[in-house]
Amino acid sequence: MIEQKYDVIIIGGGPAGLSAAAKAVENGLKTLLLENREMLGGIPFQCVHTGFGIHCFKEDLTGGEFIARLIDRAVEKGVETMVKTHVLKIQVYSALEKTVYAASPKGFLKIQAKAIIYAAGARERHQYEIGLAGDRPDGVYTAGEAQALMDVYGVLPGKKIVIIGSGDVGLIMARRLAMERAEVKAVIEVLPYPGGLTRNIVQCLNDFNIPLYLSHMVREVKGSERVEKVIVTRVGEDMKPDGSFEFELECDTVIVSAGLKPDVDILEKIGVETDPATGGPVVNEFYETSVPLVFTAGNALVVNDLVDYDVEQGEAAATHALKLLGDYLSPRLEWRRVERGRNIRLIVPQLVSGSKDVVFYSRVQYPEDNVRLTIRETGFEKRFFKVKPAEMIRIMIPAEELAKARRGKITFEVVR
Amino acid sequence: MSRIVEYTCIICPSGCLLRVEAEENRVVKVEGAGCPRGVEYAKQEFSDPMRIVFTVVRVRNGELPTVSVKTTRPIPKNKVFNLMKMLASIELEAPVEIGEIIVGDAYGAEVVATRRVGRREPVAG
Repeated sequence: MIEQKYDVIIIGGGPAGLSAAAKAVENGLKTLLLENREMLGGIPFQCVHTGFGIHCFKEDLTGGEFIARLIDRAVEKGVETMVKTHVLKIQVYSALEKTVYAASPKGFLKIQAKAIIYAAGARERHQYEIGLAGDRPDGVYTAGEAQALMDVYGVLPGKKIVIIGSGDVGLIMARRLAMERAEVKAVIEVLPYPGGLTRNIVQCLNDFNIPLYLSHMVREVKGSERVEKVIVTRVGEDMKPDGSFEFELECDTVIVSAGLKPDVDILEKIGVETDPATGGPVVNEFYETSVPLVFTAGNALVVNDLVDYDVEQGEAAATHALKLLGDYLSPRLEWRRVERGRNIRLIVPQLVSGSKDVVFYSRVQYPEDNVRLTIRETGFEKRFFKVKPAEMIRIMIPAEELAKARRGKITFEVVR
Repeated sequence: MSRIVEYTCIICPSGCLLRVEAEENRVVKVEGAGCPRGVEYAKQEFSDPMRIVFTVVRVRNGELPTVSVKTTRPIPKNKVFNLMKMLASIELEAPVEIGEIIVGDAYGAEVVATRRVGRREPVAG
């Protein structure tokens, strides 16, 4: 057993973790970054398409180009990293004493840290979470698995594909598979509107004549060894089959692209409070969870749709870690709880003090035009021409505004 | 005879709905674009649609068996599958560096690597 001591251990070597690590080292903290895959980079590493770094590098980079810059920056700063290192458990002894247990090629590790920044990302919702019934043959993948197979390991997952879910990941995979001459039979979406951006409907589906079935679900997968077909059925407003229309699609592969969920099992085991709206931890304006000096950032905090937000959250978490490490004994601030009002599906951070400017990240429940985002207790409002669940709202609210809410809570809502 | 064609702009995530008014085969008006790039896109899409191509190319002796690549500028949409076929026949030797030119002239664009692939350490014995 190898034992070492650090100021901060960062769990996860994707955009948020790499950014947090570079910032933590810059801030003079003794830092270790742990990554469980064989390479640093997280999900952007396996993304061949562009759309990365538009804000933070002012360039439209591919996933690989983008993440290489973050890796280079972390290396330049002298971040100590370990790959193929899987964190098994965290133990918290006191505010400044934590132990991370991990399995690595060097053996079993027991590493001491004062603070932890948990940036292990999100996991994909799988077939059993979306109620996909029927046989259990080979050939059912999540979108991320299919992407890694194709674009990292060079293996085409199948020839005749049905994709469940019309989020951007599902749409982008439809295009990639069509480009590689797989036959993408259809994209099936249970909601009455597409999950992804309109431009991805155009360039990923329409360009390749891939049909999109809205208000439909795959009711059943059939196949003895490999997937043979799926049964698609129309759903009503309650998102349950309404019995009006049903058809079969012959296919050898089903790709589930049903959204992401912050992967926080390890944090829940140390008693971190979670938010059912985000699936991630409840955090204060320092991205600190309910366990002191355990921070989160990136998709482990909230599923972001721009990687720039993961970078921003990672860097912020590292700066907050420095601040709170220096001042962990001072009395804790009194928190105002951030509440979700009309047409707000989720919002982070969930606790604010009113003494610091805060950047909020939020998603609406359903699309609306010509609305105002308001804070009920302070009278704050901002106009939006259009809000959609697929497009996260990022908004900075100054401390003075937050301080106006005196009754211990701050309610965001979308009003017409 | 004028006619109206509609496109959704794919330049940025806003996805503006573009209305193109054309006479004969000439664009006379573009409405709905939130920025000048949308107007350009609409004209291009009407006369000769172009797309950037992203895919992967095989790598020999690399830490990974593929490297991701892109065209440095959009190429004609009807040439995309020709290029895909050509790229499928290529096999590179590791290491490959980001920005390395894989194909010098692909329908007016270069194809460059977008991922770094180091050389695989030889296995002892």
